[in-house]
Amino acid sequence: MRPIFAATLLVLRRELLLALRRPILVVQPLAFFAVVTALFPLGYTPELGKLRAIAPGVLWVGALLASLLALESLFREDAEDGTLEQFALSGQPFALLLGAKTLAHWLLTGLPLTLMAPWLGIALGVPLAAMPGILASLALGTWTLSLLGAVGAGLTLGLRRGGVLLSLLTLPLAVPVIVFGARATELAIAGESLMGPLYLQAALAVLGMTLAPLAAAAAVRIGLE
Amino acid sequence: MGTTWTWFHRFGSPPHVYRLAGILTPWFAWPAAILIITGLYAGLVLAPPDYQQGEGFRIIYVHAPSAWLSVMIYAVMATAAGIGLIWRMKVAHAAAASCAAIGAWFTVVSLVTGMLWGKPMWGTYWVWDPRLTAQLVLLFLYLGYIALRAGIDDLGRADRASAVLALVGVVNLPIIRYSVEWWNSIHQAPSVMKMDKPSMPIEMLAPLLMMLVGLSLYFAAVLLVRLRAEILNRERQASWIKEVVE
Repeated sequence: MRPIFAATLLVLRRELLLALRRPILVVQPLAFFAVVTALFPLGYTPELGKLRAIAPGVLWVGALLASLLALESLFREDAEDGTLEQFALSGQPFALLLGAKTLAHWLLTGLPLTLMAPWLGIALGVPLAAMPGILASLALGTWTLSLLGAVGAGLTLGLRRGGVLLSLLTLPLAVPVIVFGARATELAIAGESLMGPLYLQAALAVLGMTLAPLAAAAAVRIGLE
Repeated sequence: MGTTWTWFHRFGSPPHVYRLAGILTPWFAWPAAILIITGLYAGLVLAPPDYQQGEGFRIIYVHAPSAWLSVMIYAVMATAAGIGLIWRMKVAHAAAASCAAIGAWFTVVSLVTGMLWGKPMWGTYWVWDPRLTAQLVLLFLYLGYIALRAGIDDLGRADRASAVLALVGVVNLPIIRYSVEWWNSIHQAPSVMKMDKPSMPIEMLAPLLMMLVGLSLYFAAVLLVRLRAEILNRERQASWIKEVVE
């Protein structure tokens, strides 16, 4: 295997192994997502008909905030113990290694959040027929969010109160993800074709995948100096 | 090649830019003052009231140029930040830093005037209109940039980190605008008062152009003043400052 792929796979494997050793960190965003969603019936109305109308917004804002919560720690420990410096010195493309880290982050937060969304959807009165659409749109959307968040996490590396700043930087950039994602979810709930917004989401994901690791690499390098 | 770079570094050296900015400021400030005063007089007094919106339309003379500038300043800021990042030019970073607050204020002005215009036209101060929403997101982008700068103590790091953010923002800005337009076209019935301009008469258009050019020159003048202040602050240890300040 070419060393460049071997290095990428090693990073991926390391991240997944670390998460396996501390599963509580994977569970935290999921619990957060569930609690936030449960607050809406309590704060608004328990009527499923009304909840169904706001379900796309609730699911997307909840997933966005939950994945932001997990992003704060994306680079922190690796920056503190010098792992990121080793990455930078390894001779492999830094952006690719950070891309692998981002992918691992998505596998550990974005994907579980996506898989959890249908269950929360049921609690909001979403019909079962809408679930494949919700899964597809959240999978794409959370991936884009992870990519955007990696840039934000790199920029706020090692800052005091970095978490609040991270949200302030990332949330405005996430507007298109929310717009297209919530629309796709809405169409899925209404039982209509959601391919339009889904393609737009896919376009965003591809664009993010192309540019975000480069920006994240630049940001992390600045933070390491 | 060699001479080009000498010229580039000499041109970009803080003392040179400081002096040049001082010389150029009145050349932007005076035309700006003249154009803004004439433009305001022509727009608020001379131009005829709109047949549909009455006198209320006159706020466009402040609103439209501010909205246009708020976006343009972000582009200027990102360009300066990019130059600073690529060629490690300190003055370009200083210029980007000076842009942020001006751009944020123009965004606020466009939002406030948009709301004031909305009250008589829509009957409410706030409507989730695509333009207003996009401006709101732009304001958040500016605030994020300013907050990131303020959050980093080391100046060199603040410069480069905020430059990366500005570049990410400038790529994202058109996508945000497009997505908000798209979102609005789905959720909102076409509003009664659409601001589409079916060929403005010249006595309405001329003041608008005057204000647009005038406020752009005003931006340039304020940018130069802020840039000088920023350079003074950054170079406060340098020996050339003593000569300038005496």
